[in-house]
Amino acid sequence: MNEMSKIVRTVANFVYGFIIIFGFYIIVHGHLTPGGGFQGGAVAASAFALILVSYGTINSQKFLKKDILSLFESFGLTLFILLAFSGLGITFFYNFLANSGNWFGNTAVIGINPGDMNTGGLIPLMNIAVGLEVLSALGVIVLIMAKAAEFTKKKENS
Amino acid sequence: MSILLNNSPILILALPLLAAFLIPLISRINKKTVGIFAVFVLLISLVLTILLAVKIISVGPQVYVFGAKSSSLTLPTGLKIPIRIMFQIDAMGIFMGLITAMVSFLGAVYSLAFIRKREGMDKFYSLLLLLTVGMFGMEFTGDLFNLFVFLEIASIASVALIAYRGTDFGEPAEAGFKYMIVSTISALFVLFAIGIFYGEYDLLNIAALANMIKYSQLDKIALALLLSVFAMKSGAVPMHMWTPDAYSEAPAPITMILVAASQASLYALFRIIFSLYNVHMNTLAVGWIIIIFGVLSMFIGVTMAIVQKDIKRLMAYHAVSQTGYMLLGVGVGLAVLSNPIALKDYGITAFEGGIFHIMNHAMYKGLLFLTAGALFFRTGTRNLNKMGGLAHSMKYTTIFFIVGAAAIAGLPPFNGFASKLLIYESVYKFNPLLSIIAMVVSILTLASFVKVFHSAFLGPKLPQFKDVQEVPRSMVFSMAILSCIIIVFGLFPDLIVKNLVHPAVMALVEQVKYTGTVLGGM
Amino acid sequence: MIDNLPYIAVGLFVGLGVYTLMYKKNLIKIAIGVCLIENGVNLFLITLGYRKGAIAPIYTMAPSGQSMVLPTPQALTLTSIVIGIATTALILSVAMMIYKHYGTLDTDEVRRLRG
Repeated sequence: MNEMSKIVRTVANFVYGFIIIFGFYIIVHGHLTPGGGFQGGAVAASAFALILVSYGTINSQKFLKKDILSLFESFGLTLFILLAFSGLGITFFYNFLANSGNWFGNTAVIGINPGDMNTGGLIPLMNIAVGLEVLSALGVIVLIMAKAAEFTKKKENS
Repeated sequence: MSILLNNSPILILALPLLAAFLIPLISRINKKTVGIFAVFVLLISLVLTILLAVKIISVGPQVYVFGAKSSSLTLPTGLKIPIRIMFQIDAMGIFMGLITAMVSFLGAVYSLAFIRKREGMDKFYSLLLLLTVGMFGMEFTGDLFNLFVFLEIASIASVALIAYRGTDFGEPAEAGFKYMIVSTISALFVLFAIGIFYGEYDLLNIAALANMIKYSQLDKIALALLLSVFAMKSGAVPMHMWTPDAYSEAPAPITMILVAASQASLYALFRIIFSLYNVHMNTLAVGWIIIIFGVLSMFIGVTMAIVQKDIKRLMAYHAVSQTGYMLLGVGVGLAVLSNPIALKDYGITAFEGGIFHIMNHAMYKGLLFLTAGALFFRTGTRNLNKMGGLAHSMKYTTIFFIVGAAAIAGLPPFNGFASKLLIYESVYKFNPLLSIIAMVVSILTLASFVKVFHSAFLGPKLPQFKDVQEVPRSMVFSMAILSCIIIVFGLFPDLIVKNLVHPAVMALVEQVKYTGTVLGGM
Repeated sequence: MIDNLPYIAVGLFVGLGVYTLMYKKNLIKIAIGVCLIENGVNLFLITLGYRKGAIAPIYTMAPSGQSMVLPTPQALTLTSIVIGIATTALILSVAMMIYKHYGTLDTDEVRRLRG
């Protein structure tokens, strides 16, 4: 894919930060508003697709590296399964942080309220782990498909 | 130690899952140790499965509830239906779990020497562990939607493994594409049937649903969808078209694990029919449908197998044919389920034959696929016309092939004879024609394996194979363990049937025990 | 009759998806057919949870005495969409591998395995 014109590249530079922040907002507030790990990760990965389309495949390889995204994906997955193991004293996936007063431990108030972010227990942590994993995995998929398209175009033209 | 045993239903699954996620991180440090790490984790799973099997057969079915205050708290205080996801393992589930644990451990040991591509090794072992997790999940779960999720995990991992050699050759990619379309459509229709159940009864737990089910028109639609889709996933005719392509183009240890994955789909079919519907449906009609699937599979599988030239494609058609034996045995038992006199007379024996055949088939078909892989490893070809005279140089492989071929044909001191005799005797009392078809298919099986033995192993030593040696030690180890299991099961079938197979059959037939474990009052 | 409209839409989606799978010859069109069937089944799951006159199942700012739609089918549909992404990515990757080795995407010519 070739790079696009200067206007497109400038707008992409500007909008990229907002898309990533919006994606992280959806991930972190998953236990209060609609959203969560997968939805926020998919929104943030669309920022990578924006960079790939507007800068072209070869230029964006300098910015988005496949190895580092792959490493983040493994980190996200291992964090998720270790959080599930951490409740093993009672049962697997036991939410030991909910209603306990520690980190993320407040009790949720029933009724009309604006929503306290400090509630939920293990759920926001698992949302963050899944969001990191989905972000990296979709980024790797989009990058590899773009690289394969380059290879095929070169083969067809030769 | 007791924390390991109490949590063992989930540790059998969670340890390979953790290892599958850690392997890409480990391979950045050192590439060569990922195989040994995967083998070690699968060995721990195997040991835990054997300990859990001893506990279930002596004590009773086990339940493990996720995220509850204690692991057997199925009904939270004040509620009458279970609301959390749970694993419910009875004797039939742990029977299939033993097969899965043994087969994946031996597959991982075999692939230490077999896989020679050096850049994608971490992804291979990671996918192998994910496939094992998917199979264990299908066999242990007590929740319908959990069954769907693990079915999808197993099928996605197995497609990626079938197309593993697709970066160098074109045919594995084609086989992987066909298998992917078939398994995605199957899983989507399973989800549709689960949606029908949820819309009608508002429940997703199998035991709670079994308590409330009435055989209405919507339930008949769901039964038809689930029956045809799970039969398609396990390779019954007329939906068997993906089997020869997928089994022949995958690497040899993966084919062995894929056979166990097809049998996990067969287990899911039996779980739906016996523990969810049981006598509420018209067992004679559904039993005859399964018998017709079985007879068609047996006959078409073996007649297509005789004319093949590719050794793994021939064995894949035999896998279709042997699945027909299992469907025949269980179908005969199902057809007489509402008739207590006939059930006690020959129905239970038919069930025992069909279920015992599942374990025997995994063992001897796995051994045969591993020997085919050994031949491909040393000679570089799968075409029977090009091979010849290999018994001079590969002595161990020849002995293991003879053991496997005798077992599949049903010759006496090996385990195929025990389960086939149970099927022949009980099916003869139901309908003599079916038993005669089964015996003719067995003779044709023997004929095709004599053909393979003659063209691959006998004859003078060919000049292009003059520096072929025996295969490496880890491959010989896997084949030797499978041969020992085949010989032991063949010499003492009575012990196995009384301790492993009969509790499994009773757990399937009695639906009250299945629901009573979850809903209390057992 | 108007309440049954989503179920008629589900039937149309699944029917069109099966028609595409049976009669089209390009591999990418087969992948689109699988995607259509998956959308139909997801729509079916969501429609099962609807109750007449109910609002979204979020209790943070909910008025009292109001009924809500069922949240469990929404969780099932979300899982199914995630699985759908993984299968679509894998089908397209395998189609790319087939194009690399065979040079064509027509199913009449991708037929080296037969018999």
